[in-house]
Amino acid sequence: MSVLVYAENRDGLFRKATLELLSYAAEMAKAMNTHVVAIAIGCVQTDELVKLGQYGAVKVLKSNPDFNILDIKAFAKIIVAAVEKEQATVILFPGSINGSALAPAVAARLKAGLVTGVVALPTSFDPLVVKKMVFTGKAFAATKVTTPVKVLTLSQNSFGVAEPGTGAAVVEEFGVEAAKSAISLVEVKKQTGKVLLTDAEIVVSGGRGLKGPENFGLIEELAELLGAATGCSRPVSDEGWRPHSEHVGQTGKIIAPVLYIACGISGAIQHVGGISSSKHIVAVNNDKDAPIFDVADYGIVGDFKTVLPEMIAAIREVKAK
Amino acid sequence: MKILVCISEVPDTTTKIRFTDGNKALDTAGIQWIINPWDELALTRALEIKEASGGAVEAVTVATVGAAQAEPTIRKALAVGADNAIRVDAPATDAWYVAVQLAEVVKSGGFEIVMTGRDSADYNGASVGGMLAALLDYNTLSSVSSMALDGGKIIAGREIDGGTETLEAELPFLAVVQKGIAIEPRIPAMRGIMMARTKPLQVVPPVDTGCLTENVEFELPKSRGACRKFAADEVKALVDVLHNEAKLI
Repeated sequence: MSVLVYAENRDGLFRKATLELLSYAAEMAKAMNTHVVAIAIGCVQTDELVKLGQYGAVKVLKSNPDFNILDIKAFAKIIVAAVEKEQATVILFPGSINGSALAPAVAARLKAGLVTGVVALPTSFDPLVVKKMVFTGKAFAATKVTTPVKVLTLSQNSFGVAEPGTGAAVVEEFGVEAAKSAISLVEVKKQTGKVLLTDAEIVVSGGRGLKGPENFGLIEELAELLGAATGCSRPVSDEGWRPHSEHVGQTGKIIAPVLYIACGISGAIQHVGGISSSKHIVAVNNDKDAPIFDVADYGIVGDFKTVLPEMIAAIREVKAK
Repeated sequence: MKILVCISEVPDTTTKIRFTDGNKALDTAGIQWIINPWDELALTRALEIKEASGGAVEAVTVATVGAAQAEPTIRKALAVGADNAIRVDAPATDAWYVAVQLAEVVKSGGFEIVMTGRDSADYNGASVGGMLAALLDYNTLSSVSSMALDGGKIIAGREIDGGTETLEAELPFLAVVQKGIAIEPRIPAMRGIMMARTKPLQVVPPVDTGCLTENVEFELPKSRGACRKFAADEVKALVDVLHNEAKLI
């Protein structure tokens, strides 16, 4: 028996979502009286693999370094082989874009029950019952898995990253014959140095109240100052003021930062669903009756054009101290 | 070639969610049912692909797993422009059950291109498309935000963490699509609504399989405390609270 973790890497490095997932896996394994094995697919340096031991993995399977893009079919076959080798009864994926794509592919191949968007440790192990988000952030369900092998994806920022320990994982080569899909990469565009919306501790978001794309410079400036990611409401991405990848809300991204700052966002129910797991919410809106104030912890009733520059100046001041 | 778009019906996204039966079931009283938003965008793009294909795409079919009460939603998809529809006559219990049913639909219909929404706005399984691709062993891409048919190949754009990829995929192919694949869903016109009444809607019995998960109970998020409001000229005071008291910045 073991808990198997899909350790997703980005450009050869393990990021927060993977470390959070391992922290979660370690707690689960402890409760199940078993151990954590991680599998990494693609090119990752050995010292980076060993580091997963600090977050509770006893072993890391180093697999198929020749993959440069997500190949769902091939990756699922490799992970299924690892499940069989390690006799895993629980398989965990991050709730990232790629983790969310792989979990159902693996679950279907194993005919294992799958719960996505898990937000907490199981409330019961036999039978396994976990809490997950439903109705796009408007409610939670306790979901029971009735199969011997279980697959879960963990909502990002729902559990937190544990303090690293001193453990070092054993790295084991695990090559699997997996034919590549008939899919080839034409082009890749990446923005470097930008904080990812789904990773971010702080998110600064703008809505239609900002009147036009030209005013998002203030959002970017505030975000940069706070080391935050930028987001927006649906009308803003629909209008093309901001890219769709920044859309926060029911049909966009559902996020759970420590601090969410909503500027010029009225707080439609579809938007609120996407931010309701934020630990703290600050709202800036010139309408004192805007529904965003019903979910905000702190609010400023005022025009973004004067409030945001003042906020930026005041934060600069406290940061300088 | 034929395209299948998998759709489901979900509560309108403005619905205030309530539960009943001791928090064991969704309170469906007063709920307006709509096509799952991502599925609706998938359908919109599928129709555009068909129109641009110069006859290479013969038909766009929609399929759903659901009881007879899902038919108004299916008729809406037909009114928007789908050529025909298939309803697997069974309640959609869990993702596995639905994926097994749809795999049967794909195999018996010979669909080379399948499109599904990334997630569903009800139980947020975000699983059916991925499971279906696995059951069919089709080439597949997730978080697809643009898609075109180029000769016999698919050119697709997908979101990755911090960027986008453009890829070329061979058929048979399943796309799990998200926002961006289309911006605004198509709205049915009167002519479409009239035509939808007579378009073929085939009802098929389910194949035998079980479900692997079960939602046993629901809860609503805890309500947040009252908002601490500051006036427009108190920005400094708010920043001070966020920095010194709440220690958030």
